[in-house]
Amino acid sequence: MSTSGTRVLPLGRIGESVLRADGRPKVRGEFAYASDLGADRMLWGATLRSPHPSARIRGIDITRALTLSGVHAVLTHADVPGRTTYGMEISDQPVLAIDRVRYEGEPVAIVAADHPETARRAIERIVVDYLPEDPLTDPERAIMPGAPRLHPGGNLLRRVTIRHGDPGATAEVVVRGEYAVGMQDQAFLGPEAALAVPAEDGGIDLHVATQWLHVDQGQVAACLGLPPSLTRLHLSGVGGAFGGREDLSMQVHVAMLALHTGRPVKMVYSREESFFGHVHRHPARMEYEHGADRDGRLVYVRARVVLDGGAYASSSTAVVANAATFACGPYDVPNAEVEAIVTYTNNPPCGAMRGFGAVQVAFGHESQMDRLAAELALDPIEIRLRNALATGMRLPTGQLVDGPAPVRELLEGLRDMPLPPDVVPVDPREFPGGVSNSTHGEGTRRGVGVAVGFKNIAFAEGFDDYSTARVRISRDDGGPLVEIHTAAAEVGQGLETVLAQIARTELSLERVRVLPADTQVGSAGSTSASRQTWMTGGAVQLACARLRERLHEAIDGPIEETAVYRHRPTQALDPDTGQGDSLVALAFAAHRAVCDVDVELGIVRAVEIATTQDVGRVMNPLALEGQIHGGIAQGLGLALMEEIQMEEGRVRNASFTDYLMPTVLDMPQVRMRISETPHPHAPYGLNGVGEMPTIASTPAIVAAVRDASGRPLTRVPLRPSDIAGV
Amino acid sequence: MVRRQGPRRRILPLLEATLQPRDLADALAARGAHPTALPLAGGTDLMVEINFDRRRPERILDLSRIAELAGWDREGDELVIGAGVTHARLEGEMGGLAPGLGMAARTIGSPQIRNRGTIGGNIATSSPAGDALPPLVAAGARVELASATASRSVPISEFCTGPKRNVMAPDELITAVRVPVAQGPQQFAKVGPRNAMVIAVCSLSVHLDAVARTVRTAIGSAAPTIVRATEAEAFMEGVLDERGAWERPGPLPASALARFGELVAAAARPIDDVRGSAAYRRHALAVLGRRTLSWCWQEHRA
Ligand SMILES: Cc1cc2nc3c(=O)[nH]c(=O)nc-3n(C[C@H](O)[C@H](O)[C@H](O)COP(=O)(O)OP(=O)(O)OC[C@H]3O[C@@H](n4cnc5c(N)ncnc54)[C@H](O)[C@@H]3O)c2cc1C
Repeated sequence: MSTSGTRVLPLGRIGESVLRADGRPKVRGEFAYASDLGADRMLWGATLRSPHPSARIRGIDITRALTLSGVHAVLTHADVPGRTTYGMEISDQPVLAIDRVRYEGEPVAIVAADHPETARRAIERIVVDYLPEDPLTDPERAIMPGAPRLHPGGNLLRRVTIRHGDPGATAEVVVRGEYAVGMQDQAFLGPEAALAVPAEDGGIDLHVATQWLHVDQGQVAACLGLPPSLTRLHLSGVGGAFGGREDLSMQVHVAMLALHTGRPVKMVYSREESFFGHVHRHPARMEYEHGADRDGRLVYVRARVVLDGGAYASSSTAVVANAATFACGPYDVPNAEVEAIVTYTNNPPCGAMRGFGAVQVAFGHESQMDRLAAELALDPIEIRLRNALATGMRLPTGQLVDGPAPVRELLEGLRDMPLPPDVVPVDPREFPGGVSNSTHGEGTRRGVGVAVGFKNIAFAEGFDDYSTARVRISRDDGGPLVEIHTAAAEVGQGLETVLAQIARTELSLERVRVLPADTQVGSAGSTSASRQTWMTGGAVQLACARLRERLHEAIDGPIEETAVYRHRPTQALDPDTGQGDSLVALAFAAHRAVCDVDVELGIVRAVEIATTQDVGRVMNPLALEGQIHGGIAQGLGLALMEEIQMEEGRVRNASFTDYLMPTVLDMPQVRMRISETPHPHAPYGLNGVGEMPTIASTPAIVAAVRDASGRPLTRVPLRPSDIAGV
Repeated sequence: MVRRQGPRRRILPLLEATLQPRDLADALAARGAHPTALPLAGGTDLMVEINFDRRRPERILDLSRIAELAGWDREGDELVIGAGVTHARLEGEMGGLAPGLGMAARTIGSPQIRNRGTIGGNIATSSPAGDALPPLVAAGARVELASATASRSVPISEFCTGPKRNVMAPDELITAVRVPVAQGPQQFAKVGPRNAMVIAVCSLSVHLDAVARTVRTAIGSAAPTIVRATEAEAFMEGVLDERGAWERPGPLPASALARFGELVAAAARPIDDVRGSAAYRRHALAVLGRRTLSWCWQEHRA
């Protein structure tokens, strides 16, 4: 920020584009990520992973690894001090494989050595006697008779059925479709890393890049057989998360090695290993049937969604509930029948990723709305307007939409935005193919597509979701100083900045410091579900409000308040009918994509994405824009290129050479129109924003490519061969 | 107790075993003395291999400071391009002398990669997806190899013998590549699902020589090595001769362009892999064949 005498300094309050404190160090390479940490006498950890997607383990021989000079520990499942499995919802995942492996890359043994190279060499000297079995890789075959059982309870992880209205409803116009979504990766740039330091009290200090310190703490403590009070977690620099750090990766491993050796131990996954070290977005297969009247008003939606959960449960049971809840889209649907299932397979475990179940079904319901529009010769925006969800209507789960639901306004806003000019590019990079020089306009057609999506904010289905903030005011030579202490994970989204803005706004004080997040303060819940500004922001606001009352007292020493913020309670879904008030709140965004498509080569260049999003209240315009750009980039990635390609349970492209993400030349101009309909249940009337840009951007881009190519395109990511029809 | 570490990594022990010759003679001597030392130019291929643990060289022979490798010059009708010339320089400096090579360089990686990556490294890696290779094959370039005791010159199409395989001996270095100066329009096009920073799913060079009246092609990423589509070349040379097109350059019939594209596709020997199917590669080559030849011809007529 400039300190020139004439400029009035912004106050750093909410509503201002306050610059983030970590921005500059990150750009300059000075920010300390978890992978940059070190300690005296530190050892390096490494992980032996299964080469097989499915195998029995008949024995593990560690002798040749132990005898390697420089090796300090070689541990297997037999060395796990506490509970031998972990998991956020279901404790089904072994800390280290016990008698079998269920996916390629599953951790089998761990090593600590005085040098990372030594640790890697030791890993190669461990002999595992595997008996490979045929992997079960088809999520539907997984629940057919005769399929091998991957877990004692069978392969069906969860089935969610929603019955709403008349199951026998019929309609004049019917469209059907089958759609598929490939396995997307969070592909955060900072690979998994942690440093564990054994403490004199027999406990452990674990510095780790994660999304939810306390849920890690509970699982790590149980597996280490330590009380949580001796299992202290500290958030270290997180290089992106997007859901991929909700589950444990190396947390227990690195702590086991540190406790065993009595020395600090650090682990950093390589890029390749990172692809095996975290869960991915669930691949989906979807069957849809939409019935409507001649005016295009929906009569019914029938949907069946199959998610591939992979080898372990992770957050699958919650993702599948979301997929079912949002399967019909942000529309007024009088009659709905939805079945969504998630099953175990020998594919990599799938779990949380930005959009959490809403992304997959948005591709389904929006593709269907376009089919319906085509069938009735209606404009794609018009068909959506005729069915737009609004406040006062009910979701297929029976829940009353009592917060803002400005679907109509978002679509009308989109319709009013001008289209980009259709001119022949002067810069050759603006043709499809960019720098590849594959067309000078030959075979190139422009297409336009729209989509609208929605998702819930915070956790659902009766989960007691809360956040804690401790705020303290003290005084030093510089005047009053506000310190905010929470366990909320800043993962790059700018949470620390917005918490400081809230404190300045509430207390009218300028000097605010956000302390490092750790488990010395109560849980803040997860940095996911677009919830942290609402939840931890709410807790900071509460604590500040209490402090404000005390500011009038004549106080000498520091004053401090700890506040817990809870959103309104939610209910479980009825297991038979899927009815229930399961959600806290909804948020919406609409997208219009304009794409130039080389229909002969099947190459796409997105020209512009226009988006309308309602955010309740703009807390920080710059940070908001960043979320929208980034979310759209991730949606574009799913539409056009991002996929972990699997073959017989094996990952074929565990590198950024072949797992492609959009570059700056793939990312189009973004035109946005933000509206602020205050959310009655949230602090400042704000709403969550992080996930919405990722949801409808994918179907909007696909719709644009369909418009240009005339092809049905029922699977994402689109491959050039699909678009070219080869 | 916990602190931020300096920028150390396992590159460090490697650097301790790095030979840093000051000039080419030193480099060739070091190469002869340490045949297991791996030459390093820009490091954009080698460091990836090391980071992925696919290679663990005992020593590195750093060529990045050798002035003799870092320049290019014109000798009569040939360009002599030092092995250490970066893609960024090829992109900016080839102009009309070797436009196809400049265009290919433009498609490589990102600005950072083009600033470090060299033509010598691209040739030595000998990947069928090496983007500098098709224009060199189409131009009939020669690779200059030297050891402490001898030197030789090998046609680029004989240099690469398979995917990542070539005829370079353990005591040899690539010093330069000799490229005939362009005698007509050249084009390079590649196909990948991303608009930048993408390994070619397939690529194609087409060069016209208005003096010798030849058409030359080279296909990348669709066979174990770079291959020429000789039937396509002969077909198009025939079309041009028959129509007297070199003297009176008129528009080319769409059917001839289409046939040329088909023959280009037929010359490929693609496989199905994670980047694309064999069928798509053939299809895309036919499209690229049509387009690149028509661009060359338009330029020739202009
Ligand atoms: C992100 C990224 C994107 C990339 N994109 C592309 C792309 O689009 N197209 C493409 O073709 N390539 C691409 N590459 C690969 C690479 O950049 C090029 O092949 C580059 O030309 C390699 O040159 P270098 O100088 O970096 O080689 P180095 O990595 O230094 O060396 C490569 C190999 O050549 C040997 N070598 C180098 N110089 C000599 C010499 N003078 N004599 C003998 N042997 C030698 C080395 O020992 C080594 O085996 C990419 C790489 C990365 C990391």
